[in-house]
Amino acid sequence: MRNHWQDAKRNFGAIGIIFILLTVGSWLIFMILLPQLIMLDFSFRPLLPLRKLGGPEDVYTLKNYIVLFSTPLHRAIFFKTIWSSVIVTSVALAICYPISYYLAKIARGAKFSWLMMGLIVPYWINELLRLFAWQLILADAGILNQVLMGLKIVSDPINFRAGNGGAVIMGMAYAYILFMVFPLYNAIESLDTNQVDAARDLGASWLRIHRRIVIPHAKPGIAVGCIMTFMLAAGSIAAPQLLGSPSSFWFTQIIYTNFECANWNQGAAYAMVLAILCLIFIMIMLKIFRVSLKELAK
Amino acid sequence: MNSKNVIQIVTAGYLVLFFVYLFLPLVFMGIVAFNSSSIPQVTPWEGFTLKWFGELFADDQMWRSLFNSFVVAFFVIIISVPIGLGATLLLTRMQFKARDGLYAVLVSPILTPGIILGISTFLFWDRAFRISGGLWTAIMGQATFISGYCMLLIMARAQRFDRTQEDAAFDLGASHRQVFWKITLPFLRPALISAAALAFMQSFENYNTTLFAIGFKQTLPIFIGTKLRQFISPAMNALAVIFIVLTISGAAVYEFMRRREVKARNT
Repeated sequence: MRNHWQDAKRNFGAIGIIFILLTVGSWLIFMILLPQLIMLDFSFRPLLPLRKLGGPEDVYTLKNYIVLFSTPLHRAIFFKTIWSSVIVTSVALAICYPISYYLAKIARGAKFSWLMMGLIVPYWINELLRLFAWQLILADAGILNQVLMGLKIVSDPINFRAGNGGAVIMGMAYAYILFMVFPLYNAIESLDTNQVDAARDLGASWLRIHRRIVIPHAKPGIAVGCIMTFMLAAGSIAAPQLLGSPSSFWFTQIIYTNFECANWNQGAAYAMVLAILCLIFIMIMLKIFRVSLKELAK
Repeated sequence: MNSKNVIQIVTAGYLVLFFVYLFLPLVFMGIVAFNSSSIPQVTPWEGFTLKWFGELFADDQMWRSLFNSFVVAFFVIIISVPIGLGATLLLTRMQFKARDGLYAVLVSPILTPGIILGISTFLFWDRAFRISGGLWTAIMGQATFISGYCMLLIMARAQRFDRTQEDAAFDLGASHRQVFWKITLPFLRPALISAAALAFMQSFENYNTTLFAIGFKQTLPIFIGTKLRQFISPAMNALAVIFIVLTISGAAVYEFMRRREVKARNT
């Protein structure tokens, strides 16, 4: 302990130590730890009118969590949200892997900066407006239905927004592309191009090169991209609000409804479940790709 | 045709498709902003108009929410960048047992869904300080994860820092303050500037966290979200066109400056 203190003093001086304690301390305590603890506390308490708070009925209970699994509708929406988020993540990975490889290993010079800019520019436009663009395409009287009907492929408009929410999945895969591309790009970029050339000279097919060299090297990037995309999809509220319909409710929308009805306690419990879900997904990804949390930050 | 040609054609086709996928929705959105039909639609085309821009500019709520967005972003920057700097100094220069654990906790807000940060921030300030949802809680909720991004950005540069420069300064009798202002800070400046820019963009665009934290106030994304869910009007398309134009001119200016710099360096 004494050692650390002297170390810190030598490193930063008194003012430096105060600055670090103040910034990191308030971030850690007032922004990360205490809010999460309060939410956890909320989630284990029953919803009571104000005058009963602190009274004999204000005891810890699992009720708010049990409701999720005893209400068939909520349970169904919860599992549908997980499944749909997995689909969004897979679609995003499939779309983004080739462009990331192209940017990292093939595109050079002016072409590279043009492509990079083309990738980033759409993401400076507000997420909601980007999703709204898909609403114009996928609505009942939207562009896609007009084209399909004009070509006599279908006679009645297809409702893309109902049921499993094809529109929601499409919109999310579109909205979160950048969070998949950049981790992939960073990982592939650090691969020594000589390895790829050597494999090619020795007659390996491109499929084999990707399977045996590029993908194993890009594992941390794939893991980060998938974690970010899954987290954004499972936690998204804008996409289901704008592109969904009442029959394609998303788990976050139940949480939102809880808060609109001022049922903080159940909302907090559901939010905790969402947080735990994302944590489990992170663990699974780290396990599958055999990377440690430290490697993720690269 | 040999296989190399096939791969080249497939690659080119994929690139074209990818960027069509990226930009076509935005093109449609732009067209709608100038269609005088009062339902946002590309066809039928009912004539060119600029009235949706007029409607947008006449909306007081839009201006208020835009102002709120700037206020929130400003405070998020002045809170998150120092936090990111403090965390960087602590994590890159101190060796202690809990270092990896602390790092994981500090990065965790980035990996947490935004709505959870919004909810927990709202509940915390409401319960602990009787401060109900508003701009302050929105700032706190956003800064929770934006500080993490700032930390990662600043840390990436700090790791390339040559500590012997500081040691030399100390040996020559410089104080901590002098070393910080004359050596450490100038080295980190580019990272601090990009952290501020990133913080601004993340804050300005944030919807999830803000929606739950802000109570009855509105930032621009909350305003857009409310509008798009209620009575949709092409005024939102007009707003999107403004975003697109600002973005593209920003990108053009950046590219122009970069080229001039490259040219200046070569001559």
